[in-house]
Amino acid sequence: MNALRSPARNRELLALIPVALLLSAGFAAVFAQENARLGNLSLVYGAYFLAVCLATHAYLRMRLPDADPYLFPLVALLTAFGLVMVYRIDESLARDQANWFVLGLVLFALTIHFLRDYDVLERYRYTIAGAGLLLLLAPRLPGIGQQVNGAYLGVKLGPLAFQPAEFSKICLVVFLASYLREHREVLIVGARRVLGVTLPPLKHLGPLLVVWGASMLMLVFIRDLGSSLMFFAAFLALLYVATGRFSFVVIGMALFLLGAWFFASTVPHVHDRVEIWLNPYNEPAGNGYQILQSIFAQADGGLFGKGFGQALIDFPGTHRALLPAAQTDTIYSLIVNELGLFGACGVILTYLLVSARGFKIALLADDGFSKLLATGLTAVFAIQAFVIVGGVTRVIPLTGVTLPFISYGGSSIVANFVLLALLLLISDRARREAAR
Amino acid sequence: MNRQIVKLFGLIVVLFAVLIGFTSYWAVFDAKALKGKEANARPLLEQQQIRRGRILAADGTVLAKSVAKGHGAGRRYSRRYPQGSLYGHPIGYSFVRQGDSEFEKFHNDELVGSESEFGSILEQLSGRSQEGDDIVTNIDPAAQQVAMSSLQEQGFGAVVAIEPASGRVEVLASNPPYDPNRVPYELEKFNLNTLERPLFDRATQGTYPPGSTFKVVTAAAGLDSGLITPQTAFAAPSPLEVEAQPLENDFNESFPPISLDTALTSSVNTWFAQLGQKLGESTLFEYMDRFGFNSTPAIDLPSDQVYKSGVYDEEELLGPGDPVDIARVAMGQERLAVTPLQMAEVAAAVANGGKLMKPQIWSRVIDPDGRVTKRLDPSEYSRPIDGQTAEELTTAMQGVVSEGTGTNAAIPGVQVAGKTGTAETPGNESCGGGEAENQAWFIGFAPAEDPQVAIAATVECTERFGNDAAAPIFKAVAESILASEGS
Repeated sequence: MNALRSPARNRELLALIPVALLLSAGFAAVFAQENARLGNLSLVYGAYFLAVCLATHAYLRMRLPDADPYLFPLVALLTAFGLVMVYRIDESLARDQANWFVLGLVLFALTIHFLRDYDVLERYRYTIAGAGLLLLLAPRLPGIGQQVNGAYLGVKLGPLAFQPAEFSKICLVVFLASYLREHREVLIVGARRVLGVTLPPLKHLGPLLVVWGASMLMLVFIRDLGSSLMFFAAFLALLYVATGRFSFVVIGMALFLLGAWFFASTVPHVHDRVEIWLNPYNEPAGNGYQILQSIFAQADGGLFGKGFGQALIDFPGTHRALLPAAQTDTIYSLIVNELGLFGACGVILTYLLVSARGFKIALLADDGFSKLLATGLTAVFAIQAFVIVGGVTRVIPLTGVTLPFISYGGSSIVANFVLLALLLLISDRARREAAR
Repeated sequence: MNRQIVKLFGLIVVLFAVLIGFTSYWAVFDAKALKGKEANARPLLEQQQIRRGRILAADGTVLAKSVAKGHGAGRRYSRRYPQGSLYGHPIGYSFVRQGDSEFEKFHNDELVGSESEFGSILEQLSGRSQEGDDIVTNIDPAAQQVAMSSLQEQGFGAVVAIEPASGRVEVLASNPPYDPNRVPYELEKFNLNTLERPLFDRATQGTYPPGSTFKVVTAAAGLDSGLITPQTAFAAPSPLEVEAQPLENDFNESFPPISLDTALTSSVNTWFAQLGQKLGESTLFEYMDRFGFNSTPAIDLPSDQVYKSGVYDEEELLGPGDPVDIARVAMGQERLAVTPLQMAEVAAAVANGGKLMKPQIWSRVIDPDGRVTKRLDPSEYSRPIDGQTAEELTTAMQGVVSEGTGTNAAIPGVQVAGKTGTAETPGNESCGGGEAENQAWFIGFAPAEDPQVAIAATVECTERFGNDAAAPIFKAVAESILASEGS
């Protein structure tokens, strides 16, 4: 009964309708561009999408009536946008993406179903941490690991291929939230000032150094600067929120930079990435190709972009990529190219709104674990968006991380829907308790 | 913890703001520089996606068109020149990598359809891809063909034919030609061929000594300034001492007092040398300016591909007051260097009763829907001489063809007015040594009483004279144009 009258869910329902319309309009634009069947196919796609969203919405109405009303529509907006972009690149990729979207929603529902009492996660935190580490190292395991562009990112189990880093980021955040919830007091109280710098007590420093070590290990073994940066930044964010000690962040940052600098000068793959970032014009047709083409694509966009379907992705008449990895790494550059600076601002703003809602949940939550978990999940999500967009805009070295919910890729979509489910679970409890 | 969470959110806002800052830098502020980077293939690829308009001859013969390869977003266009080397000049070429030249370059805006900014925005909104306009030229394909084959019989050189009353350029031929279709593959080879220089448009860039054809300008100055009348007679001894150097007539023949008709018909050097001395530098240069010398011709070709005519000291044009042997300028020697286009303009001005029209290759612009969006409105460039002078000069030039040095230009049943020229260019390196060092010329128009066409024809590095090498070209081209206009 309560479910039907939930004001939060009503707001969610209203917000979903413009999202479905936007998706229809996007498909219509792509069809119009390709002079293909304009007809009502775009509306059909829009209707399918709306139906899937409504089903999810109905499920949320039943299970989490008080959860944040804006998160799901915002994420649906990003997904719809991603579907149109991927469809515009390759129809068959979009079909995969749509399937993953549905699979992601199934896992989303399962997460909500089984983790309604998510405190249970705390009990298994070391198991979860171990699983997370195992997932991280899996790409280096013989037989199932895969190397992509010099980095070890993929795992292939029979017909199933996925990027475990997407899932391990959730495991890591769960562990850190739980660990820090328990130890934050001692980290604060036990801190001593050494040479004017506040240091955490040595006894409790161990696990934190382990996280630092894991990040460094990722640099060496996985050779993935992007994931490594993302994990460590999320860790520092949590550490800061848990302890309120900015000095810990500075020390952590220094440690990371030191390690990154060391490995950048010893591990060739990492070194190359940094070198390309600093001097892309040294090898415009070689190593620097992707970042340069990414920037050239943006330069072509201007303020308003060239319009859906107008950008060049391949050399005309060939399958030689003009913008390499347009459906994954450089999808943001394609967005700038076709929708211009304004379109890109819209995308960034949407990510910012998702982050804002995520942090709002953390503020509302009244137990430490919920607060830290919501903070960590939101931070890792926002930082992932920053790492890849920063990569293709040359703010930081370009590394292969997906743009959450927009980039083509099953692991990314499914994992991020699990992340969203956790956020909504926390939100539902927090808002209900706040209302009480 | 809430304070820290808010601060963390603040940090995320800052980070995202940095992303927007960088995006605006690449997409807007630095976009122009990025588009100019050599590694950036996008501007070139986008050009390929525009269907460039066709270039047509006056009768609709397709001189240049764009053909599509591929479909949808992968479609790209490249240029084809169905007539091959016949129109390499003046049409030029346009390729994404090799750039563009001549007519293709000058009319690029119309050909890519970027004329109206408003129109292109509308097209963007309606999703229509940019399409270029067609341009119809004034070129007469039959006459162009005749000009090219006549030139190829005689040697390297150029022909320009203009309709005097309108300035329409009906023929513009340069030999040796090049096939614009080969430019994507052989541009380097064309450029390295310094002996033939096929990319060099001799009609607009060849600056040659005009020889006796320049006497038309001197005579025009004499008559129009009132210094002489057709009856004014004076003796023309040979040799004549000018600037401490003897100046001779052909066969070292001395003439008793003669008037303009005889002087022009027999191309008497010392007669024109004296006329030049009487005119003086300032008057002769003034009339040269009026005929268009010392300025870039107002033709629709890129200004760096059309050269000025005049008295050159190395690269520099001389004017009144500079140390110039005006007597030898008056008879077409000294350091005079003129383009075939300029000499065709001189003939056209005389033919058109003293009015010089702007020479134009284009005739109309047709948009993709078939509408004529622009039409050539013939305009006057200058009025170098009055109608009476033009008439008197025409009479004298008729004598050249009927009984003088230019008899090979005569067309049965048609009155032809003209002037031959043979400039000796001893030691001319571009001729590659040997005896063949004459620059043979013929300029003229027909029919004399109602001129339909004015032509300048020149042949470089020949052993022969104007009447033998250039007059037959004039005759063939004039006959072709008169035949098509009569029909």
